[in-house]
Amino acid sequence: MVKFTVLNGVVVPLDRANVDTDQIIPKQYLASIKRTGFGEGLFAEWRKDREFVLNQPRFKGATILLARKNFGCGSSREHAPWALMDYGFRCVIAPSFADIFFTNSFKNGFLPVVLREDEVDRLFHECAAFPGFRVVVDLDKQTVAPTDGSFAMRFEIDPFRKYCLLNGLDEIGLTLRHADKIRAFETQRKAQHPWYF
Amino acid sequence: MRTLYDKLWDSHVVHVEDDGTALLYIDRHLVHEVTSAQAYEGLRNAGRKPWRVDSVVATADHNTPTTNWDEGLEGVRDKFARLQIETLDANMKEFGAKVYFPYLDKRQGIVHVIGPEQGATLPGMTVVCGDSHTSTHGAFACLAHGIGTSEVEHVLATQCLVTRKMKNMRVNVEGQLARGVTPKDVVLAIIGRIGIAGGTGYAIEYAGSAIRAMSMEGRMTVCNMSIEAGARAGMVGVDDTTIEYLKGRRFAPQGAEWERAVAYWRTLKSDPDAKFEREVTLDAREIRPHVTWGTSPEMVVPVDDAVPDPDKEKDSVRREGMERALQYMGLKPRTPITDIRIDKVFIGSCTNSRIEDLRAAASVVRGRRKASNVKVAMVVPGSGLVKEQAEREGLDRIFRDAGFEWREPGCSMCLGMNPDRLDPGERCASTSNRNFEGRQGAGGRTHLVSPVMAAAAAIAGHFVDIRKW
Repeated sequence: MVKFTVLNGVVVPLDRANVDTDQIIPKQYLASIKRTGFGEGLFAEWRKDREFVLNQPRFKGATILLARKNFGCGSSREHAPWALMDYGFRCVIAPSFADIFFTNSFKNGFLPVVLREDEVDRLFHECAAFPGFRVVVDLDKQTVAPTDGSFAMRFEIDPFRKYCLLNGLDEIGLTLRHADKIRAFETQRKAQHPWYF
Repeated sequence: MRTLYDKLWDSHVVHVEDDGTALLYIDRHLVHEVTSAQAYEGLRNAGRKPWRVDSVVATADHNTPTTNWDEGLEGVRDKFARLQIETLDANMKEFGAKVYFPYLDKRQGIVHVIGPEQGATLPGMTVVCGDSHTSTHGAFACLAHGIGTSEVEHVLATQCLVTRKMKNMRVNVEGQLARGVTPKDVVLAIIGRIGIAGGTGYAIEYAGSAIRAMSMEGRMTVCNMSIEAGARAGMVGVDDTTIEYLKGRRFAPQGAEWERAVAYWRTLKSDPDAKFEREVTLDAREIRPHVTWGTSPEMVVPVDDAVPDPDKEKDSVRREGMERALQYMGLKPRTPITDIRIDKVFIGSCTNSRIEDLRAAASVVRGRRKASNVKVAMVVPGSGLVKEQAEREGLDRIFRDAGFEWREPGCSMCLGMNPDRLDPGERCASTSNRNFEGRQGAGGRTHLVSPVMAAAAAIAGHFVDIRKW
């Protein structure tokens, strides 16, 4: 997995709540057996609208997406974070996320940041007020701040997830350190409840 | 004193990190063609082998055509879909599984239909699948939820999931449902009440006399849509209905082992004084047939109601969401739901494609014809075995005589990855689970309903209150 440490990037405001994974990547773009190349399908239907935020030149090259609550609801398709990454995003900031999307993101070095609703509001205002508005997302410090450092917002993250992201660790490798424990659990379960095997 | 979820969790924890991150042992891993290829590729690249092949039950369902089966693989016209199907075939050959029902096998079908049908879903199991509707299996007192492809690879390689414990929520549905009101209406009413993020971070247990009175098919419909309320997992405690359903199924235990298993399964319910962080109660007698009007499952109203008016919504983000939904759906505020005319009907999906659903729909359709404005009314059984059973009962004839199409099994127009889709602007009465923009085809407009409501809409050409049918 790619590491995530500090990200300094332009913020794209996507002022919608409940953005579902069918919008992030419509099903007609799922027909691949690879993990790459999904950027083309990112918000494909919405991008047909010339006014859609990703089509506005001022946000070209942005790496941070800003959205409203319950981002990533619906289908479990990991193609959603893959598409965001492939398009160039490394981070999405929202007041809340759907559980499966949230989990999938961490597996790909893609950081979902939860901020309070009023903080997200403030970032939306900053985006509207300042063309090319950038923030620095610092995972180690757990902060989001504008590049001029005029304010900083703190976010929470599970220590284990943070550790994996900062170091770009392979989770399977980490789990397999507990292989003996898994085997022992399995042996006991098989003896106690053989019908599950 | 523990909840059902606590018990399922406790019995599967292998290891816990200091911050609460746990390794949870997985008993059953369901695999399909769209979310597994990259996971097997990852195993291959890392030189890893699956930890326990006999935990895997696999099928091709998401992109498979529901016509042209006589042409074999040639019938899959979309070359990318075909590549996904062939890749699953190749991965099954290379890595193996407990059982694999390939495309065209007569036991093939939607992964969430065939698991229970084969007795491959058993109470007390942890069940995962690279599909968010895995919550369906919770109807059997399983801890079952959807996972992403990286997690599919992780479970294949380690038999464990890295996860954290969720909170407990109980949804009680008490009393008797009115005639024409189905489990689908119950779950739509629940989603309407708690919202599409109301269950985020929770495992939901469904309880109460109305849930107890449901068949396993009905409970699967309710658990299936837990994710539409934001909850990864939904579940129902074990009772006689659960045990009866499982007896004699192919992968269910037999003989003395069956007796032992049943004794254990009977403990799989919440203790009487178990604590839930959140509890919601619905009066079953007040639940009416439901129809979604917007582009998220929480945008739902009873059939005798009207499309809501965004002007009455105080929250600005919600109001804008409603306005956008109405524009997408081509609807005006205050339109009575029964005035909405439809172009297509889809009866199928992991929510509503089991034999009971098809029987209910057929009972409405029997001896009638679909309305002339309904271009296509499609029935897609959940599995080859459901299809066979329906044909034995003559249901296919009833549907065909009414002008419906009787298709081969699969996910079909629930997500439109195969050729079954809505065209832009087309309006569909659908028994599926998501009415997101473009879900059933770019520009398509989906209204979620129960099988009897979909069937009645096909006959009338618009939504009707099935209670007056």
